[in-house]
Amino acid sequence: MGRHFISIWFFIGLLLSIYGILILGAGIYGLWHPPAQPVVLANLHMGIWWGLLLMLLGGFYVYHFFPGKE
Amino acid sequence: MLSSHWFSLWLAAPARLLSMGPVDLAIVVAYFTLVLAIGFYLKKYASTGEDFFMAGREMTAWIAGLSFISANLGSLEMMGYAAATYQYGMIVAHAYFIAAIPAILFLSIVMLPFYYICKTHSVPGYLKLRFGEATRGLSGISFAVMTILMSGINMYSMAVIMKVILGWDIHFSIWVSSITVALYVMAGGLLSAIFNEVLQFFLIWLGCLLIPVMGLIETGGWSGLVARIQHNFPGQDYIHLWRNVGAFTDNPMGLHWTGIVFGWGIAISFGYWTTDFLVVQRVMAAKNLRSAQMGTIIGALLKMMVPLIVILPGLLGLAVLPFKLVDEGTAVATGAHSYNEVLPLMLARYCGPGLLGLGVTALIAGFMSGMAGNVSAFATVWTYDIYRPFLRKNASDAHYVSMGRWCSLLGVFVSIGTAYLVMNFSSIIVYAQVIFIFFIVPLFGTVILGMLWKRCTPAGGFWGLLAGILTSFVLWLWVHLDPSALVYVAFSTHAKDMSENIFRAIWSLAACLLVTVGVSLVTRPKPEAELAGLVYGLTDIPSEARFPLFQRPIFWAGAVGAAFVAVNLIFW
Repeated sequence: MGRHFISIWFFIGLLLSIYGILILGAGIYGLWHPPAQPVVLANLHMGIWWGLLLMLLGGFYVYHFFPGKE
Repeated sequence: MLSSHWFSLWLAAPARLLSMGPVDLAIVVAYFTLVLAIGFYLKKYASTGEDFFMAGREMTAWIAGLSFISANLGSLEMMGYAAATYQYGMIVAHAYFIAAIPAILFLSIVMLPFYYICKTHSVPGYLKLRFGEATRGLSGISFAVMTILMSGINMYSMAVIMKVILGWDIHFSIWVSSITVALYVMAGGLLSAIFNEVLQFFLIWLGCLLIPVMGLIETGGWSGLVARIQHNFPGQDYIHLWRNVGAFTDNPMGLHWTGIVFGWGIAISFGYWTTDFLVVQRVMAAKNLRSAQMGTIIGALLKMMVPLIVILPGLLGLAVLPFKLVDEGTAVATGAHSYNEVLPLMLARYCGPGLLGLGVTALIAGFMSGMAGNVSAFATVWTYDIYRPFLRKNASDAHYVSMGRWCSLLGVFVSIGTAYLVMNFSSIIVYAQVIFIFFIVPLFGTVILGMLWKRCTPAGGFWGLLAGILTSFVLWLWVHLDPSALVYVAFSTHAKDMSENIFRAIWSLAACLLVTVGVSLVTRPKPEAELAGLVYGLTDIPSEARFPLFQRPIFWAGAVGAAFVAVNLIFW
């Protein structure tokens, strides 16, 4: 872009990183404190894997498009 | 079939649908906070009309393409088609294949050069240049009406989600979501809308992709899914695209292949994807013609992938939900879940703490992107195609930007009113298609004749467009006053609402084309000098010869076209 915006990819990375931390944290907490009414396939602990995926994806975008780096 | 035992079990455990914990709420709040922050951050970059209404025309192909497809990922896409899939089966996936891909590729290769080269701000703006003020006025006003109505559908859909998942009051949901959209579109205009749409695209995918992943694990893959559907609904074909459309009675939708090809694939599809300013505006904001064309092709590729998060959850609902979903009317009367709730029900089935918040946020993002798309397009068309030519011609650029900001707010408030109207219709998707066909389908006939036929006259364009709109409205009224008329409109008494819409689209487009051609042949055309940059044969379209093959839009359009054919053959 011609003007110097903070890149949209940075905002995406920021949000995904925050989400990754929250979801991973909730997934780990759920290992010791499982919900009273578990969802279907709760044994797969999808929160942990999805949280990690979001953190990795978000971290990549934050690092790569950090303001002032381009 | 599903037993009442399972049904009562589900109803006896409503807490699972309402179990948003602190982490889930934090995820939703973080989304709203960031969306508003982006809007206010971009406010300083949206000070001129070109910035506010066209995002400065400096978007890259990827941003334009993601925004193009994200603006289309509203409630119609997600809840509506998931619901229709549960109701009719995989035949609904035609909406993502034949009813989208050919039209999007046609837009990219054939029509975008004219939109882009004439540097218009909108599709009605093109009609002004090609046909004159009357056609622009008719198109602009009808588009504004349609846009506000569609925005209302988005709001209603989102409120339903909040009701099912969170138990939130339906009115509270409508107001919170719409005020958020109003604030960020008012602040940053199209620029803000596009930024948030790209953000929303990622959220939608990362939030909704969990359903097919978990669903396919539960069913044991595609073959397991098919086996379960056949077990739950013996004798019905829910899993083919073309095999069951040889006769109206062969599929639960009551649709014939001629309707799919000519109605859905041509009339509705080309009308929506090539002339609905809501989506076209996104690629018109690209930094150059090639970026606009490549962005559109990227959009086509992404569109073909959306069935993974919309159609597949609908099919999974048929396979794994331990009760039957019903239409909205029955749902209200009996307390059962309706078709429209299939997507949130699937989310509730698989998503635990945190993931549920992400899934809900994905749906909110989908609805808000649809709303923002409607509001920003409404602001542009109202300001440039209604307010400036008919109400105040020679005001300053700052005045029009101010008008754009205020009518974003006004558009939201009118949309809120229409959201309550939507509640009276039994199926969201059918309602949406009724509106589409009234306004968008004939518009394609007018625009395409204007672009490809230099003999087409201003009078032909205006009367053709009006004839198409009136034909659609009169046929709709006829069938609703006298249901036996269905046999004349849709050629079968077995045609369902969706099928009737598709055939009405064919009539509407045919009426528009015939009247446009007829009137054009007896009226005086514009001089050729006035058609430069607007009509095929009189426009210098930049050559792509200097680019290597892999950088040419036509090459990638061919590749996406080949993938489209392959998908149809695989799921024939």
